[in-house]
Amino acid sequence: MLFKILFRNAFRNRLRSGLTILGITVAILAFGLLRTVISAWYAGVEAASVSRLVTRNAISIIFPLPISYKEKLRQVEGVKIVSYGNWFGGIYISEKNFFPNFCVEPRTYFELYPEFILSPAEKKALLADRKGCIAGEKLAGKFGWKVGDTITLTGTIYPGTWDFVLRGIYHGRDETIDETLFYFQWDYVNETMKKKIPRRADQVGFYIVGVARPDLATEVAVAIDKTFKNSLAETLTETEKAFNLGFLAMSEAIVMAVQLVSFVIIIIIMAVVANTMAMTTRERIGDYSIMKTLGFGGRDIAILIFGESLVVTMIGCALGMILTFPVAKAFSHNLVTFFPVFNVSVKTLYLDVAASIVVACVAAVIPTQRSISIRIADGLRRIG
Amino acid sequence: MTGQNEAIVAIRNLYKSYHRESLTVPVLHDITFDIADGEFLALMGPSGSGKTTLLNLIAGIDKADSGTIRVGDVDITTLTETELAHWRATHVGFIFQFYNLIPVLRAVENVELPLHLTGLSRAERSEHAEMALQMVNLSHRMDHYPRELSGGEQQRVAIARAIVTDPTILVADEPTGDLDRVSAEEILGMMERLNREMGKTIIMVTHDPRAAKRARVMKHLDKGYLNDNALQNPL
Repeated sequence: MLFKILFRNAFRNRLRSGLTILGITVAILAFGLLRTVISAWYAGVEAASVSRLVTRNAISIIFPLPISYKEKLRQVEGVKIVSYGNWFGGIYISEKNFFPNFCVEPRTYFELYPEFILSPAEKKALLADRKGCIAGEKLAGKFGWKVGDTITLTGTIYPGTWDFVLRGIYHGRDETIDETLFYFQWDYVNETMKKKIPRRADQVGFYIVGVARPDLATEVAVAIDKTFKNSLAETLTETEKAFNLGFLAMSEAIVMAVQLVSFVIIIIIMAVVANTMAMTTRERIGDYSIMKTLGFGGRDIAILIFGESLVVTMIGCALGMILTFPVAKAFSHNLVTFFPVFNVSVKTLYLDVAASIVVACVAAVIPTQRSISIRIADGLRRIG
Repeated sequence: MTGQNEAIVAIRNLYKSYHRESLTVPVLHDITFDIADGEFLALMGPSGSGKTTLLNLIAGIDKADSGTIRVGDVDITTLTETELAHWRATHVGFIFQFYNLIPVLRAVENVELPLHLTGLSRAERSEHAEMALQMVNLSHRMDHYPRELSGGEQQRVAIARAIVTDPTILVADEPTGDLDRVSAEEILGMMERLNREMGKTIIMVTHDPRAAKRARVMKHLDKGYLNDNALQNPL
């Protein structure tokens, strides 16, 4: 009977309940999107493999390492495979078309990154063509590229105009994999540099090192850096996750701000629901007094108020969660360059539910306390 | 019946005052009287005389400053809030001026409400509630919400709710105060029948002399004092 009363009470004032539900829906939608933005920010970190290390110049990522380190790296105990590459920084038509582009040694690189799925024919075509390139499905879709198309990038770090032939379009093994990347052959860039600016040839921006046993990754990283200690270009080796986190540290303030805003939204909606519950219980103080008169206790009244608060809040939460998916999809479509992986995670949904439960419970505390503590005679006097 | 039956309610030296900030407003002074089992008592008096307060004290929804109220074998002034709630659920039926039905519950659900505090099964609860509505001639309106019922019908639902647990006493606070004359007569007739035919002890607060005439005994309160002995109603 109590559940019947609380469900019917929840929709007794349809306009007020509807507006409150709408407010909660919008708040949960905003909260979910902001949490998804934060997840998207950390997508690279989440996708990092524990069996991959990144070796770079100890001074800064912008300083290169010699290609000659490749063989020495291979000899370090625990190292299984070594690949390398450079950030190319090319521009496609105009700067607003930004997408990450790298020159890599493709044979080893794609062995290290099995999460990028290419057909054997596409892989073969890429390896066979010095000017060959591959692009992620989202990137190719954005610009309408098809295999065989010529794509021209204007170099910023590597001057000149660079023509590539699209030999394949990769897709991610799962939805957490970035499908907006553009890869081509390191040799193409290196050979061109040898002709144009020889002093910049035979240099790599980073090495990707595959370790035989992930549990020994730290020891291998230490061994690598020890190998190049006191050399002309000392190295800094860290796990891929740590390397990606290092990049994110630069934008930590933004992430913090987004997190803060997401919690402010919850506090605002908490105030809205608390206000609704306060109005609701003030109106129903007579009903609660009647129930107390009939012998119902404080626990029953608490069930009614907390229950009603939960019903209203959880309906808003459910609607907000449902709406998060299409809105996130629209966001993802329009902001693919900034957030290549923009998926609503299960964790975000759990957070939506948890935040809603907290809002519902906090909003019900004071009205419940007031309704329970009011004298029956005083409550009955308010009827009529 | 008065003088023949044992007292079901025994009130002794009852005092009650309200506190408004630093002010203490005395409401009831040294009230002592008995109500016999099966009695139909009308408590009369001007506004502010303390009759509703006295009714609330007898019904266990307010606490006295001092004195005792024994209902049956229980001195309710010694009970805690929780014990009082349990006691009210089984011993008191309430009829209010403004009916005080739960608006989101249908008539039958309103009547069934107090039965949720008993150990009855769902089927038994429904059966009891329907029977109570039958007694007040409202079987045909059991699925209606209070807003779909007239004032008189709502008060009949309230009576059904009051009697459904077969309480020791029925308390009624101005039960006809919000009704037209015809409906009021109908309600009073119903209460009279409950008293005469079912032997229910009824304590009714009223301003209305016509309503009071239906009671067997009248008591007057004035400024918190019981200013006369029980008057036998000539009717």
